[in-house]
Amino acid sequence: MSAVAALLRREAWLAARSRSDWLMPPFFLVVVVTLFGLGAEPNDPRLARFAPAILWVANLLAALLTLERLFRADHEDGTLEQMVLSPLPLYLVAACKLLSHWLLTGLPLVLLSAPLGAMLGLDTAAVVALVAGLVLGTPCISAVGGFVAALTVGLPRAGLLLPVLVLPLIVPVVIFGAGAVRSAQQGLPVDAPLYFLAAILAVCVTLVPWVCSAALRNAVD
Amino acid sequence: MLQIDRLSIGRGDRVLFAGLSVALQPGELLHVRGANGCGKTSLLEAIAGLRRCAQGGIRSTPDELARHWIGHRNALSPSLTPRENLQFWAGLNGADTGAADEVLAAVGLGAGVRRRAVRSLSAGQKRRSALARLLLQPRPLWLLDEPLDGLDADGIALIAGLLRDHLHGGGGVIMTSHQPLPAGLPAVRELALDRAGQP
Repeated sequence: MSAVAALLRREAWLAARSRSDWLMPPFFLVVVVTLFGLGAEPNDPRLARFAPAILWVANLLAALLTLERLFRADHEDGTLEQMVLSPLPLYLVAACKLLSHWLLTGLPLVLLSAPLGAMLGLDTAAVVALVAGLVLGTPCISAVGGFVAALTVGLPRAGLLLPVLVLPLIVPVVIFGAGAVRSAQQGLPVDAPLYFLAAILAVCVTLVPWVCSAALRNAVD
Repeated sequence: MLQIDRLSIGRGDRVLFAGLSVALQPGELLHVRGANGCGKTSLLEAIAGLRRCAQGGIRSTPDELARHWIGHRNALSPSLTPRENLQFWAGLNGADTGAADEVLAAVGLGAGVRRRAVRSLSAGQKRRSALARLLLQPRPLWLLDEPLDGLDADGIALIAGLLRDHLHGGGGVIMTSHQPLPAGLPAVRELALDRAGQP
C-alpha cells in the first residue's frame, strides 16, 4: 500500500512541477467549445443540438493532449526500468499512472464541461446526462489512451501515431456518451447508454492495467 | 551467489553472446570489459531481469529482487529534487523514506543540492544521486553499468569506498567500466568480452 501511495505522491509532485501539462487540456476544452459558441449565430437553437458531439469530441481531444507523455518521460530517464524491477507488480504501476492521469486531466474536464454545456444551451437534464456520461467515459479515454501510449512508448514520433490509434478505439464511448445527452434532450431515459458506458469502463478497469504492463515490459526488453 | 550457464543473448538478428558461463562468489567484484557494442550492458540487463535470454540460464542464491540495478540512465525525474526521487524509490521498494537525506549525504550531496531540481544538477551530481539508491536498502548483488561516468576524483573515491564496504560485507558486484577501476578494491575479477560477444 505504501508503494502505491509513493507512486501517487510522485505523480502529484510531477504535476505540481509541470503545471502546463495539466492546465493545457482544460484550456483547450474551454477554447474549442467557446469558439463553437462564438462561431454560431447568437441564440441559434442548432448549437444545443450539436452540443453533445461538440463537448464529447472536445473532451476526447483535450484528454489526448497529455497521453503521449504518460509513460514516455519515465521510459526516457530510466525510471520505467526500475519500476519493472520493483516489488510492486507492473499492472499496479500502470493502474496508478492511469488513475493519476484521470484525476489530473479527466476530472477537471468533467467539472468544466457542466458550465460549458450550459453555455451551449443544454438544459439541466442534458447537463446531468453529460456529466454522468463523462464520469464514466473519461476514465475509458485515459485507459484506452494509456494502453496505446504504453504500446508506442518506445517508438519515435509516437505523438502522431497515438491519436490515429486511439480515436477508432474510443468511438463507442463517444457514441454512447453523446447518445445519453441526446436522449436527455429529447426527454427519453438515459439509462441504456450510461449502462453501456459503465460496461466499457468495467472492461477497461479489468483488462487495461494488465495489457499496459505487458506492453511496458516489452518496451523495456 | 550467481551462476551464469551457457548464456546466449541476441539483439535483432545479431548474437551478442553465445555460451557465456561465469560465476560470482560473495565478496567478489566482476569487472566486465570490452569494446563498445560487444554486449556489456545487455549482459547486465539480462542478469537484472530486463532482457530475455535466447539460451542458457542465470541462477542466483538470493531472490530476484535482492539486487540493485543502476543502468546508464539515472532513473531520476528531472523536475523533482534528488530527495524527492530517493523518497519515491524508497517508498516503491518498501524502504524507509526518511533515509533519503542520509543516503544522499553519504554520497557527498549537500543539503543545498538535495533541494534543487535534478535538471539543474551536473552530470556527476546526478550520477551520485542515482548511486545513492544502492544505500536505501541492503541488497546482496549490485549490477552497475558504467557507475563511474561523470564522477570527479572525489566521487570515484567515494564510490570505491561504497564498493569496498559492500564487498567486505559479503556482497557481490558486477559492473562495467571503461575507466580503470579504483585502486584497493578486493577480489576483483575481469571478464573480457570480444567484439563477437564471446568471453
